[in-house]
Amino acid sequence: MQLSHIVIFAAGGLIFAGFCPSRLRGWLLMAASVVALYWLQPTLTIFYLDFALPTITLTLAVALWWLTRPPETPALDGDDRLALALLAGLVLALSATRYLAPELRPTASRAPDVPPVALALLLLGLAGWLISRAIRARHGRLTAALIALVGLFIILKTPPLASGLAAALRGLTGQNQALAAPLDLEWLGFSYIAFRFIHTVRERQMGKLPALSLREYVTYIIFFPAITAGPIDRAERFIKDDRALLPAGENPAARLLTAPRLAEAGGRIGMGLFKKFVIADSLALLALSAANAGQAQSAGALWLLLYAYAFRLFFDFSGYTDIAIGLGILLGFKLPENFDRPYLKNNLAAFWQSWHITLSNWARFYVFSPLSRALLKRKVKAQSAVFIAQMATMLIIGLWHGVSGGFIVWGIWHGLGLFVHKWWSDRTRKWYLSLNQKPRLKTAWTAAGVFITFQFVTLGWVWFALPLESAWPVFWKLFGMTP
Amino acid sequence: MTKWDWLERPPVPYTPGFLLRVLVKAALLFAALNAAFALLDPLPALGQLSLYNRLFPGRPRLPYGEDPARSYNLSLWNLNAMLESHEVARPKAPDELRVLVMGDSSVWGVLLRPDETLAAYLNAGGYVAPDGRTMRFYNLGHPIMALTKDLMLLDAAMVYRPDLILWPVTLQSFPRRQQLEAPLVQHNAAAVRRLIAAYDLALDPADPRLLDESFLDKTLVGRRRDLADLLRLQLYGAAWAATGIDQFYPETYDLRRSDFEPDAAWQGLAPETGLPEDFLAWDVVEAFFARAGDVPVLLVNEPVFISSGQNSDLRYNFWYPRWAYDAYRSRLFERAQANGWPVLDVWDAIASDEFTDSPVHLTPAGSRRLADLIAPVLLETPTGEGF
Repeated sequence: MQLSHIVIFAAGGLIFAGFCPSRLRGWLLMAASVVALYWLQPTLTIFYLDFALPTITLTLAVALWWLTRPPETPALDGDDRLALALLAGLVLALSATRYLAPELRPTASRAPDVPPVALALLLLGLAGWLISRAIRARHGRLTAALIALVGLFIILKTPPLASGLAAALRGLTGQNQALAAPLDLEWLGFSYIAFRFIHTVRERQMGKLPALSLREYVTYIIFFPAITAGPIDRAERFIKDDRALLPAGENPAARLLTAPRLAEAGGRIGMGLFKKFVIADSLALLALSAANAGQAQSAGALWLLLYAYAFRLFFDFSGYTDIAIGLGILLGFKLPENFDRPYLKNNLAAFWQSWHITLSNWARFYVFSPLSRALLKRKVKAQSAVFIAQMATMLIIGLWHGVSGGFIVWGIWHGLGLFVHKWWSDRTRKWYLSLNQKPRLKTAWTAAGVFITFQFVTLGWVWFALPLESAWPVFWKLFGMTP
Repeated sequence: MTKWDWLERPPVPYTPGFLLRVLVKAALLFAALNAAFALLDPLPALGQLSLYNRLFPGRPRLPYGEDPARSYNLSLWNLNAMLESHEVARPKAPDELRVLVMGDSSVWGVLLRPDETLAAYLNAGGYVAPDGRTMRFYNLGHPIMALTKDLMLLDAAMVYRPDLILWPVTLQSFPRRQQLEAPLVQHNAAAVRRLIAAYDLALDPADPRLLDESFLDKTLVGRRRDLADLLRLQLYGAAWAATGIDQFYPETYDLRRSDFEPDAAWQGLAPETGLPEDFLAWDVVEAFFARAGDVPVLLVNEPVFISSGQNSDLRYNFWYPRWAYDAYRSRLFERAQANGWPVLDVWDAIASDEFTDSPVHLTPAGSRRLADLIAPVLLETPTGEGF
């Protein structure tokens, strides 16, 4: 999101909160999120792909809503039909904006013409219906959806696979396949969207997902304040806020534009803008990068660049989160917090409870807990089970950022760190509790913990920031050594 | 960190009236701050606040960069900030003989690393003046061809107590009509007008190219770009200190041209019309010497690429037809003799394969050769006592 997007979203949020009739709020939010999905999508070089990808997101949302409905749910009700019609109408209307002047178009580039888009929507609907008929078993459908989502995620996040897919698409459009690159498939918010999809599928498999209307489901998946940088909300929590947008007579929270809400939203958005556009963008001028890593003349210089990177990453990401939360407040949603002073935590476990909290929670719910339970059931030793589960969780979090050597090492780095922390804290718990009698020593110990944790996390960013081949030399050079 | 109680929190402090009062107060404060900023115009003073030479080492050449992200350098218009980021702003050592090396992009060192410039090679020579002081050379070149820019920079740099000034020049910096063309000059209209008035320069102080700022331009909002540049200059200081890089070096570049069209025109002048007396800004050279005052100036007619390619009988290089350059050299010596300016003419002293992407940009070897040519002359030049 650029500054112009944020200003327009905030202004739109104010108008929404102040003037939108309460019965239309939910519908307007879904429509705005659909338009934002196309508007925020980066321009791509493959013909019409920057229109196709948001359309595929919407198609997936409809398909997965259908799949994750409770088993006893009847056919489409009136609201669902209206939502479906509205979605199709919006896609067609967005494709019709190809006739507008370029500066007035809400799409990344000129959209395809209306008849082919309409035909494509019809074919997609038909394909969905046929697939749902072909795979009768509900559980099988959900599992197939899960595998397909993970597969798509892996393809998009693995540079050689993404390049291969890009080359294939370029072949279809008659473009030069030699120029295919992973950036050809830059799919707005897919990392977040995919994890929301997986969350709903897994919750349905476990029978915990509440019944959602199509409008609610689509809005949850593509809620525009959280589309580019999260947070990854939980559907059951999101939906409570969505349903509070109902007519004022039914819910007192429906009065949206209140002074406290305005102050809170303004404060969070202002703070986010400052963090992102003042602090983070300034630190970006000297943050560690593939370009400057090899140019640093000394270990001290590298540390300076690395610290700048660590703080830049935090202020950039938490700034965007503040903006998303502030916009959410304006629209009547209390999105979950994603950061809680992570660099001031005195151990790695506490760091991961305060850094990208919603992703950590997602990984805990869907990787760590089920995996450790499964291992314990198979009589694996508790310590080994924790080790395996922690490593797997951190690897998944690393791979979520991209399938590359750097992210794998970063995941292992943190997995090992968490294991060592647990091993250490298990053995020092009694001693640590005894420090309550010695407040000064406890303060000093906590300060040392904060310092060590920060250094560990910051060192880990080397693998995160740089390709693996440049990360190794930098890592050793930080300690004055050459590999 | 904001907690999860914002909906439950009693709305007492956040009434509509409270918010309105906050907004009104914020608007009034913002307006007052902008007005105060415009009235006080603190930018020149802010330019003197620098982390360079304190937290980071000073830059060996003035800030200039068209690709800040890759060069950790940027172009800005605040003369104080430019000079304060330079190592010339360091305190002068008691045994130092301070030599300012003024000039254009060839002095600044386009495509040269900081230790390959003329000033760097002169420093590497470790020259000691006859009075025992160590000569320390400061590269104050700036990649713009205009004598007025050199005069303006000298005017600002005199505060750093030079003992000697080395001023390589070339014809391309002399055309009068080019004197107010450089953005650095245009954005420092007040300084230029002061120099025009002080030295009675034949330049129009009302020239529309000199950028006059309105009250709004001087407010905090109007100055946001200048303020951001000041901040960026400081931040790039960390990257400069960490990497020692202040210029982006392309892997390849277009070599200066050797073959030319059969065209002998220069700046709209034809050989038959000759070089009109007032076409070159000699008054700016006079003003430069006047501004230097008691500090000796060694004028250097800098080396230029001499082609032997197609139509090289008409042109020395892409910039200069032979007739124009010869006329310039002749005038330079006449003026120097008349005014008592010390001149070192090394126009043809560097081999043609030591020029890179322009008729005056040198390779490291060419730069070193030039330093070797200049040093003996410098050692014989009488030096100032400092201020």
